[in-house]
Amino acid sequence: MRHLFLAVLWRDLRLAARRPSDALLPLAFFAVAASLFPLGIGPEPQTLRQIAPGIVWVGALLALMLSVHTLYAGDRADGSLEQMLLAPQPAACVAAAKALAHWLVSGAPLIVAAPVLGLMFGLDATTVAALAASLLLGTPSLSLLGGLGAALTLGLRNAGMLIFLIVLPLAVPVLVFGSGAVAAVAAGEPAGGHFSLLGALLIGSLLGAPVATAAALRIATE
Amino acid sequence: MNPETSPPPCLTVISLAARRGERLLFRGLRLTLAPGQALWLRGRNGGGKTTLLRLLAGLGAPDAGEIERCEALFVGHANAMNDDLRAHEALRFAAALSGLEPDAAAVDAALARLGLARQRDAFVRTLSQGQRRRLALARLALPQTAPLWLLDEPFDALDDDGLFALQGLLAGHTQRGGSVLLASHQAPPDLMLDTLDLDDFAVAA
Repeated sequence: MRHLFLAVLWRDLRLAARRPSDALLPLAFFAVAASLFPLGIGPEPQTLRQIAPGIVWVGALLALMLSVHTLYAGDRADGSLEQMLLAPQPAACVAAAKALAHWLVSGAPLIVAAPVLGLMFGLDATTVAALAASLLLGTPSLSLLGGLGAALTLGLRNAGMLIFLIVLPLAVPVLVFGSGAVAAVAAGEPAGGHFSLLGALLIGSLLGAPVATAAALRIATE
Repeated sequence: MNPETSPPPCLTVISLAARRGERLLFRGLRLTLAPGQALWLRGRNGGGKTTLLRLLAGLGAPDAGEIERCEALFVGHANAMNDDLRAHEALRFAAALSGLEPDAAAVDAALARLGLARQRDAFVRTLSQGQRRRLALARLALPQTAPLWLLDEPFDALDDDGLFALQGLLAGHTQRGGSVLLASHQAPPDLMLDTLDLDDFAVAA
């Protein structure tokens, strides 16, 4: 199973490296979207500090959801997806590898860019650290859930929008606890509960999303 | 020696029925494939040859009936290769999906067998249709392939050299005791194969 997982992971990473412009789109969107808020809302430092966690988190959520619709579409079009599902190992293995590749390519750069945005919004060092930590704990869940949404909407027109609507109910808790954790740290309150819940959501996603994604992929390739 | 013993069939299909969308394509299909046997699946366009092969491979469930088979390798109509991979990378990935880990020499040998030795490092998107088809079929030239080969229109887009290479692969596989079920709308060139006509089981529209 490890062999299949690594083979799918390496393939996706290699393909992303060969199309760097596609791979960097979520990061560009994230940076631009977050940077527009100070321009639109006004440069009042107090306001910006207060809304920063929410903006960064929403930006990360949108960037990941918008980049996830291509996760399976290309493979389905050229027939690779069928072959992946015909592998002797469980298809959940493929789904997990794909989600990890998506997170490494689209999610991890956001975690690196977030502190820069945090400083732009005038957050202090502790809050910036909490922001990065919450994203580190929360964005993998978003990749897993996004992969599920992509598999459920595979082959449909307007899949991008549908993914968003399907995944949103599941992604909202991640958003709420993620930005809540940062806001708590910024206000000097304990954030342990928020981080624990983020962790629980990650565990839940890890256990549930690949299996559900595999089932959706089988339906899509019938 | 007990005259009753013979190696178990590689594929047994009983009373199979399949549907595409709302339409029942065929029913009551039965077939048995013994080790070393090659079967040509023929039938009219839209009759369900591809549907049948996909069901046998394990994609989707039949409307009725049972399928019992040994480990199979399915080469479908689509070539199943990403444009941005190099030829040897695509072949290696296809092998990994079958659970194989061929070394570089085996991969190169398989490519050479299909006449793609010089295209080893070429990106798939630069290959012609015929070359892509050969690359998709190169999986068959790797060592330790599955005993049952399910091939959908394998001869499409192949030139004479490609056809010759594929015939060699098919012959070698059956000689080693493997089985082949291939669907083709045209007669497989220069091959003596048993035939199964899917139209015999068709459901009148």
